[in-house]
Amino acid sequence: MDALLQQLLNGLTLGSIYGLVALGLTLVYGILHVPNFAHGALYMIGAYVAYYVAGELGASYWLAMIAAAIIVAALAVACERLVFHPLRHAPPIHDKIAAIGLLLFFEAVVQMYWGADFRRLEAPSSSIFYFAGLTLPAQRVLIIVAAFALMGALHLYLKKTLAGSTIIAMAQNREGAFLVGINANRVAMMTFAISGALAAVASTLFAPINLVYPAMGHLVLLKAFVIIILGGMGSIPGAIVGGLIIGFAEALGGFYISGDYKDIIAFALLVAILSIKPTGLFSQGVR
Amino acid sequence: MTRVLNAFNHPATLLVLLGLAIGFPFVAGNEYQVYVMALAFVWAIAVYGLNIITGYCGQLNLAHGGFFAIGAYAVAILTADHGWNFWAAFAMAGVFGALFGLIVGAVSLRLKEHYFAIFTLCVGFIIYMLLDKWEALTHGPLGIISIAPPDGFGVVDFTQTRPFYYLVLGCLCAAVFFTRRLSNSLLGRTFRAIRISDDLAQSLGINLMRNKILAFVISTVYAALAGGLYSGVVRFIGPDIGNFMHTFDMIAYLLVGGIGTLMGPVIGTLIITWLTQAVQSLEEYRMIVFGPLLVVLVIFFPKGIAGSFQAWRARRNATARVSNETGRTPPSQADTSETAQPSATTSASAPTGHGTRGHSNA
Repeated sequence: MDALLQQLLNGLTLGSIYGLVALGLTLVYGILHVPNFAHGALYMIGAYVAYYVAGELGASYWLAMIAAAIIVAALAVACERLVFHPLRHAPPIHDKIAAIGLLLFFEAVVQMYWGADFRRLEAPSSSIFYFAGLTLPAQRVLIIVAAFALMGALHLYLKKTLAGSTIIAMAQNREGAFLVGINANRVAMMTFAISGALAAVASTLFAPINLVYPAMGHLVLLKAFVIIILGGMGSIPGAIVGGLIIGFAEALGGFYISGDYKDIIAFALLVAILSIKPTGLFSQGVR
Repeated sequence: MTRVLNAFNHPATLLVLLGLAIGFPFVAGNEYQVYVMALAFVWAIAVYGLNIITGYCGQLNLAHGGFFAIGAYAVAILTADHGWNFWAAFAMAGVFGALFGLIVGAVSLRLKEHYFAIFTLCVGFIIYMLLDKWEALTHGPLGIISIAPPDGFGVVDFTQTRPFYYLVLGCLCAAVFFTRRLSNSLLGRTFRAIRISDDLAQSLGINLMRNKILAFVISTVYAALAGGLYSGVVRFIGPDIGNFMHTFDMIAYLLVGGIGTLMGPVIGTLIITWLTQAVQSLEEYRMIVFGPLLVVLVIFFPKGIAGSFQAWRARRNATARVSNETGRTPPSQADTSETAQPSATTSASAPTGHGTRGHSNA
């Protein structure tokens, strides 16, 4: 029983991280209808910026997280301006190829500066809580609390502020949004900035548990795609619920089935679900 | 139209290119260059497969490198572990490619556009993971050594570079020939109709699912056979061959050469292979150049080298015809891609050309 609870807790941690990454991906998809393969690179760069600021410059973990969020957000906006904006009328294959080009470019640049070695980002607190037979490292608590706080903040921003509603409006109906005078460029840049910042925060939160290396974004990106397909592309609650489903499936599957193959579980789930229901679990109609 | 406009497709041009390829080992400075060329041809064959599903049929298959790896591993496992002869294993590689292509295609092609790309990306990753983790079958990260080379005939010994070079060249020619026949056939034009619009193709009575699966299976057979040849020439493989990077390389070759064109795959593959060879230090960090190159290509030159050349010829010929036959309106300058040629002036001279699909401007 304790083992099950412990795995559920691990699943919650994983699910929070995946949820944050998937949120950024789904926001961008909702606005531009581009599957942003470069999102995995933004995630990875976030971890490296945090590693640089905290590890090499010696700043605090929190400062590193803020720096990572700002720099990656700026980078994401630059990608939107320089790559996705010029391609907005291109055939659907082109923006995907461009996004993959960005992903591999960022990876190669990071690898050139830091090499392919695994690096470690120190956690802000190494204390461990014990509660009813469960082991709770502080970093995992931090991940869960921070992720849900961010999701809450994002929800408030989208629902309660004017700038946030423009994002929702454009996701719902592009032409309608133009008609009421919403500036599409501003919305697109804002969405990319938010998605980049979420990815950077997620990777900074996860880096002390996982390691920092150039290919760290691959699996997370693929899982985030699985999540947003499960949750319906463009759906925000879908990304959060999907993240938790994959997080739990992986933690439980890794524990009860096979640790070696735990990374395949998410994809096997996707294959199974899409074979039965090609439009995803929660989506309405084909986009 | 193809005969008039597409110089790359012209039989004479093809023969000249073939002659150059046959003569290459005699002018090459050393054995290594022949080896590099043979490897480039192997990749080009796989890129022809990608061209069919992505270039002609318009479905971005991100598991293509995975099927290449399946073919490579089929030959490796059958020859090294089960003592098969190379040719039997090579044929089985094609069978496995078709079989897995059929299974994956039947599931994945029910999805459209982004869903399909993401799904195949996941399939490619599953293939890579299995190659890496399923040690009983694939020897895991150690890889497989002592793969049998193709058995020779009489005095021909394929363990040497030159005979193997000609073997691969022959396979490449077969691939080009088959693609050319396919491209000019009704099936090829069916694939293009699907790329231009699913709905439009369906309204013409095209069975979408059956044709997409057919295109997918053809492409995976190409990839698996190329993988089998790769095993035969390199004679050592590891799970890294299933890495996503290889799919990306192939997309780069295809885009540089010209997506959806006949000679694009081989042009792109050769150019990038030799550029990478010229700057050896590029090998490890080639993505620093390739990544932005791809972005620039899709933004500014989405048709690649062969496609841009075709478009240029098409424009030139079109304006020449317009000046000859005054009174005709000049065709749209923007729509000169292979599928959207100005059909008014060309379809009369070549009724079987692609230009007959005039509705493609929609």
